Amino acid sequence: MSGGANDAGGKGTMVTLTIDGRVAKVPEGATVLDAARAIGVRIPTLCQHEALEPWGGCRLCLVDVTKKDWRGWEKMVVSCMFPAEDGLAVSTATERVVATRKAVLDLLLARCPDTPLVQKLAREYGVERTSYRENPEPTDCILCGLCTRVCDAIGVSAIATVDRGAGKEVAPPFHEAPPDCIGCLACAEVCPTECIPYQTSDSARTIWGRRFEMVRCPHCGRAHITREQATFYAGRGGVPESYFTTCDACKRTQMARTFTTLSAVR
Amino acid sequence: MRIESAAAYEEFRRRAREAAAAHRQEILVCCGTGCLANGSMRVAEAFAKELQARGLTAEVGTFTKRTGCHGFCQRGPLVVIQPAGILYTQVKPRDVAEICEKTVANGAVVPRLLYKNPADAKRVEHYAEVPFYANQTRVAMRNIGKIDPTDIADAIGHDAYAGLVKAMLEMTPEQVIGEIERSGLRGRGGAGFVTARKWRACRSAGGERKFVVCNGDEGDPGAFKDRSIMEGDPHSVIEGIVIGAWAVGAHEGFVYVRDEYPLAVVNLTVAIEQARRHGFLGKDILGTGFDFEITISRGGGAFVCGESSALMRSLEGKVGEPRQKYVHATDKGLFDLPTVLNNVETWADAGAILLHGADWFAGMGTEKSKGTKAFSLVGKVKNTGLIELPMGMTLRDIVYGIGGGIIDDRPFKAVQTGGPSGGCVPESLLDLPVDYERLTEAGSMMGSGGMIVMDDRTCMVDVARYFLRFLTEESCGKCVPCREGLKQMLAIYDDLVAGRGKPGDIERIETLAAAMQLGSLCELGKSAPNPVLSTLRYFRSEYEAHIFARTCPAGMCRDLTSYEIVPELCNGCHLCFKACPADAITGETKKVHTLHQEACISCGACYDVCPTEGAVRFFPKSRAAAEREAV
Ligand SMILES: Cc1cc2nc3c(=O)[nH]c(=O)nc-3n(C[C@H](O)[C@H](O)[C@H](O)COP(=O)(O)O)c2cc1C
Ligand code: SF4
Ligand code: SF4
Ligand code: SF4
Ligand code: SF4
Ligand code: FES
Ligand code: FES
Repeated sequence: MSGGANDAGGKGTMVTLTIDGRVAKVPEGATVLDAARAIGVRIPTLCQHEALEPWGGCRLCLVDVTKKDWRGWEKMVVSCMFPAEDGLAVSTATERVVATRKAVLDLLLARCPDTPLVQKLAREYGVERTSYRENPEPTDCILCGLCTRVCDAIGVSAIATVDRGAGKEVAPPFHEAPPDCIGCLACAEVCPTECIPYQTSDSARTIWGRRFEMVRCPHCGRAHITREQATFYAGRGGVPESYFTTCDACKRTQMARTFTTLSAVR
Repeated sequence: MRIESAAAYEEFRRRAREAAAAHRQEILVCCGTGCLANGSMRVAEAFAKELQARGLTAEVGTFTKRTGCHGFCQRGPLVVIQPAGILYTQVKPRDVAEICEKTVANGAVVPRLLYKNPADAKRVEHYAEVPFYANQTRVAMRNIGKIDPTDIADAIGHDAYAGLVKAMLEMTPEQVIGEIERSGLRGRGGAGFVTARKWRACRSAGGERKFVVCNGDEGDPGAFKDRSIMEGDPHSVIEGIVIGAWAVGAHEGFVYVRDEYPLAVVNLTVAIEQARRHGFLGKDILGTGFDFEITISRGGGAFVCGESSALMRSLEGKVGEPRQKYVHATDKGLFDLPTVLNNVETWADAGAILLHGADWFAGMGTEKSKGTKAFSLVGKVKNTGLIELPMGMTLRDIVYGIGGGIIDDRPFKAVQTGGPSGGCVPESLLDLPVDYERLTEAGSMMGSGGMIVMDDRTCMVDVARYFLRFLTEESCGKCVPCREGLKQMLAIYDDLVAGRGKPGDIERIETLAAAMQLGSLCELGKSAPNPVLSTLRYFRSEYEAHIFARTCPAGMCRDLTSYEIVPELCNGCHLCFKACPADAITGETKKVHTLHQEACISCGACYDVCPTEGAVRFFPKSRAAAEREAV
């Protein structure tokens, strides 16, 4: 399984498929979505991120696919996961694909009536107001699972989806300040609806109800990372903590200085 | 002792049968979960004590045996006296002395404990003549109720592992798969996928490490066929799994057992240990050099964990959520390695097919649905329970033959088949031969074999709502169409039954249904609209009545229904008075009773108990309100 066309490359084998009649050539292992993007065909997505494994939860990226030997039979699949194959014919806007995406957005709008991203996408499919019952407790969370997946990918798993069905939500264990969280903000940054609240300043950062002390860059004194982050990254990479506490700007300056010294020596 | 050749197996079986034949009499006490709940353990103990006291011991040829579920739990605890074949129902410990005196010692029957046929009120003496059993053909459940599930010798005496011996010692893996293919066996747990195709795909998948998995999660409410098989004849399941493992080349197997099935876990554990000791499992099975182990795994506790990809996640120790997959589990299943997953019943069928041959199995059933199928028959039929029938039997034969007809001889309305995401089949299709294709064409499905019979006092809108509620709670919530679609669908149904339906509701239901079918990630969401669409297909007028007339034609939706007593017909039996939970009825015995609308909660209890035709009747609440207005 590949996160994007890029990580699948390098093996050399290319596959050729058509998307809405246009030819796309992508490396084997790429998904239909990768192929569509490669030739500029837009497919809406809400739960996909190039740095994460595809998940298939939002169902917005649905497309119809068929193959020669399917004798006209079409199958609806999520493009973010369906592998691109030689001879595959993809249709991104059949009547039923559009109708299903529209229903999905209509449902999401009922869940998140005030969320700009959902409103915008729904409007693109002709849904101004939801046909269904509006959520009495509006939320911005579309349950795309990106936040929990990014936290898992970092190796922290501080948050998870809890409950199932209609009561599902993203939360730290027991709804308490998550003990494992390192305050990296990755979840907040990946969230497509920006609905994970946090505060960050030179002295402290708060997310998921937990407060973190900031560590200052030993060179310039800017605060850009939490103590927990530095410790966690250092523990994983075997690299000294100071590498992570040094801010990017100072790292660049240091690097430049090293080069200057090196050329002077030479 | 280990069995390592066909001759050794024959010898073992011969001795087991000889030992059984020496039993002058056998007293079989059902100790399945249903009968245990009704106190069968105390019955078994009472027999032990009474027989001992009478000197009717094993030495003189009287044996007692605790068996698995006979499927007729409704009439349990059940006791069968063999070889006479006498069936006693609802046996209490205090009946035991009389049974021992009359039947065991003197060969006479105790009439009051015999099954009474509701059709003619006659007592039936023999097990085989009880209509509930007479019309069944048992394959997967072949030995349940006959054997002591914890005694492998008893099971072998009844041919357990004979199919395995034949498969492994006389056939090649390809021949085994060919035999399963010719038998026409299809999956008994879900979609009816051709079993041999899965096995073959897994066999030809590359790699050394492969798995076979038995799905014993059985999450459908009210279903208990897999439980009964695992509890009552665990060897049939193990035998099938070993045959499958050998055929596909897997050395590791799992049985995923629903968490609420402790007895199944115990009996399977005992059986696995015994099978290992006898050389049917473990290292060097039957002396062939083939190794295979089975691990029992307790289920994750959610309905969705029975879904193939969620089950495999759960076995991997992760959260049991379905995964979107565009490769078959036979290529990338458990731990992304080739895996065959089959239902308990499918595995149990496999051994019988190998023993009796593909032609025997394919000789039963219909063109594309071969063999037999287990069903749990519940609802408004006189005889409820677990049954196994040849495919193709008509719904009418099931409901009126085996089921004995509708309780109180009320009119039949529909039968819901296929579990929570199955559909409702109406009266006009009573002559439908039950098989995979016909049920699907009728808008329902086979599923794992649930059958809920409904009478005229059933509101089909409310039935659909019941299943929607179940599925809403059980949806894993990962994908939007299923999670949000079910929630919204349920909200519409809550309105419908409360008299808040709106024009356009049916269309909105249909739009949602289409989006869920096409867009959901797993079969739970894809099939969730079945109860909705099938009731709309056959009972659309009931929906329209709820929406446009604000009435419930079946008189079941409380918010739409009022009750009244017709004074001219009331004979003062006082039964409604006793039944009313709201004290809404006044009246004395032998006098006309009165129902007070203000206090009535429309539960319908008075209607259901009233023995006088027409004396209690229901009518739309809207009329009652209009009349109150007028006053
Ligand atoms: C929501 C859901 C629940 C399921 N539960 C079960 C179950 O409890 N037992 C079962 O055998 N199959 C269940 N299935 C079907 C399985 O996914 C799978 O198809 C089946 O176990 C394959 O075995 P078979 O081919 O022998 O029927 C379920 C499917 C879905 C979608
Ligand atoms: S801020 Fe905490 S919860 Fe969010 S991704 Fe980082 S570690 Fe996980
Ligand atoms: S909080 Fe944001 S990222 Fe997380 S599931 Fe909700 S919408 Fe997605
Ligand atoms: S269809 Fe329902 S149960 Fe299946 S993955 Fe989607 S939300 Fe979960
Ligand atoms: S419908 Fe129920 S509450 Fe009303 S009178 Fe009859 S028994 Fe009582
Ligand atoms: S982007 Fe493909 S399902 Fe969400
Ligand atoms: S448990 Fe005894 S008949 Fe089912």
